[in-house]
Amino acid sequence: MDATFIISVAAMGGLGIIFAFFLVLADKKLRVEEDPVVEKILDVLPMTNCGACGRGGCHVFAEMLVTKQVTVNACVPGGQEVSDKLAELLGVEKVDAQRPIAVVLCRGGNVEAQKSAIYRGEKSCIAADLLGGDKSCVYGCLGYGDCVQACKFDAMAMNDNGLPVVFYDKCVGCAACVEACPRDLIEMHPPEHKLFVYCKSLDKGAVAKKACKVACIACKLCEKDCEVTGGITIEDNLAIVNYELCPQDDVPTKRCPTKCILYGEDEKMTRDSFYSSRLKKAV
Amino acid sequence: MNVVLVFLSAAIVNNLVLSYFLGICPFLGVSRRLDTAVNMGLATTFVMTLAAVITWLINNYILIPFDLPFLQNVTFIITIASLVQLVEMFIRKSSPPLYRSLGIYLPLITTNCAILGLTLFEALREYSLIESLFFGLGGGVGFTLALVLMAGMREELEFADVPKALQGAPMTLLIAGMLALAFMGFAGLLSV
Repeated sequence: MDATFIISVAAMGGLGIIFAFFLVLADKKLRVEEDPVVEKILDVLPMTNCGACGRGGCHVFAEMLVTKQVTVNACVPGGQEVSDKLAELLGVEKVDAQRPIAVVLCRGGNVEAQKSAIYRGEKSCIAADLLGGDKSCVYGCLGYGDCVQACKFDAMAMNDNGLPVVFYDKCVGCAACVEACPRDLIEMHPPEHKLFVYCKSLDKGAVAKKACKVACIACKLCEKDCEVTGGITIEDNLAIVNYELCPQDDVPTKRCPTKCILYGEDEKMTRDSFYSSRLKKAV
Repeated sequence: MNVVLVFLSAAIVNNLVLSYFLGICPFLGVSRRLDTAVNMGLATTFVMTLAAVITWLINNYILIPFDLPFLQNVTFIITIASLVQLVEMFIRKSSPPLYRSLGIYLPLITTNCAILGLTLFEALREYSLIESLFFGLGGGVGFTLALVLMAGMREELEFADVPKALQGAPMTLLIAGMLALAFMGFAGLLSV
């Protein structure tokens, strides 16, 4: 047989064996012992790396769960279902999951809020906020949908009035939208909270009313109507609900002249019908 | 002096990506964001430098003495592949966060033609061991430079008003072409 043929087979085979030997050796030396439970936990977790648990991602969360540095209900988007599965997997007691929901606290859309400028820049709230936005109210929603962009769960959308809407069945409470809003209009609330002041304007009554039809004008009617003293207070021209004191009912909302404090309104909300029906009443 | 010339030549004048058009796949695929581009560039530089040295040893002590230069392609490929495996295992053990951020890029490097091209050039030009080391390092620096320049421009491009017909891949390719043209300006600098 041709000598070159034999030599090349031997050389290639020899090299292959040497490389294989080194790789086997390296595998033995450098093998990373990963807890098999971590893999199972990762199967259960949503794997969106949303960061609502306050950790660096699902993988870090799983590792911390194994070493008992976090509890099984700390995965906010997973909710009760994931919490129960994790409890089963790790053999610990089931605990109630806390799932707060995002509430957008501005109802000044294109129809209600006055425009003071024309904005032609980058279509993003952060960029628009640098210039003060195009609405007269400098506290209200800018309407370019940074929060919708931030939502990884398709739980938000912009409606035809230029305001974001949260779909309550889809919201997992990761608070990504809270981070995204440059005007801090979105807050996380547990489902028991149903009474909200949908305004963040700190302007005096007359100024606020001129800029937006549904602004809080600090008339103090809700403060007086609330059954518990201190349940609703007016601070800096804005009504604030104290959720530890205020009973969750619709009593304080009845005499509101601008209808900016509402009870249980978010549940009624649907993407298209809500604003049009509410507008008819307000106008 | 020769070593410096080899390094500069590989990094700038005869840049693997921009004048030999090797490694175009990662050049276009991983240049969308600056931080990933830097990570990919560093990982590639590391593998290139190691590969240049080890393939030099194999070439000069096995392939040439046994008169087997026709096996260069195959040998170099398995060398690079095993090297990447080894590097992957090492990083996984020593630095899990780095492993997680590089995770996807390491297997990509296995089939990066810029590295294979580099090792073949090195054999063709009959560099010495030290020259090979600097050739590998220079090639890696050049690759990183191309990737980082491209990523920087593509990040700026996000805010630019690109005509609709050119959005996405066409604009990226145009920019890559212009960058390559700009690098041709270095051609007269030195010739190695």
